[in-house]
Amino acid sequence: MIINKLKITFPSKSINEALARNIIASFCIPINPTLEELSDIKTAVSEAVTNCIVHAYDGKDGNIEMEANLYDNGALGVEIRDFGVGIDDIDRATQPFFTTKSDGDRSGMGFTVMQTFMDSVNVTSKKGEGTVVHMSKILKNGAKNAKP
Amino acid sequence: MKVDCKNEDNNLTIFLDGELDHHAASIVKDELDRMILDNMPVGVIFDFNGVNFMDSTGIGVLLGRYKMLKSLNIKAYLKNPSNTIDRLLKLSGIYNVIAKI
Repeated sequence: MIINKLKITFPSKSINEALARNIIASFCIPINPTLEELSDIKTAVSEAVTNCIVHAYDGKDGNIEMEANLYDNGALGVEIRDFGVGIDDIDRATQPFFTTKSDGDRSGMGFTVMQTFMDSVNVTSKKGEGTVVHMSKILKNGAKNAKP
Repeated sequence: MKVDCKNEDNNLTIFLDGELDHHAASIVKDELDRMILDNMPVGVIFDFNGVNFMDSTGIGVLLGRYKMLKSLNIKAYLKNPSNTIDRLLKLSGIYNVIAKI
């Protein structure tokens, strides 16, 4: 059962990476995540939002949507959606150290971080239409603290 | 993110303060390079004591600086990452090229 949810839209400006992190952190606080869980979630969201700015929109203007649900079993579901270029080959994109951008200092670790810090990561994409990254995490004390 | 540095006996400690994400990286990269080139030390120590957030963009920044330092024959080290940032650094394998001291 969903005990809380949010949906926000913001432009693909890099200043909004911190905004997204802070919003998801505030959203989780009521169910008392551990410091490590909070850090994991913030980092995963930061990676997904950064991917939208850098890859989906390639620095151009676009909208990013973040949706999140909190469940009474202590689970958090987060979805980051863009309407950008889309991913050609999702399997290749999610490989550690793979990056399509050779300019700048890229680690190619965005998806690896999401996969390590969240319990599940699901990516769907359509060329020219956009990408959705869905992530979830069960918080250790979440069920105990979740109140509808 | 703010950066500052201190040169002691030709070893440059670079103090990073704040959140190291993609937004900060674009601003900070040039400052870091300028500090290194202005000082040309024998070694650079990145002090992470003031870093309260980092994602994989920060790893990219470190890797880029490491490549530059290596080309200049300057040794690179890292110190004082928080537990959460240390986890990320371990995951990236960056400790294979930049030693934690």
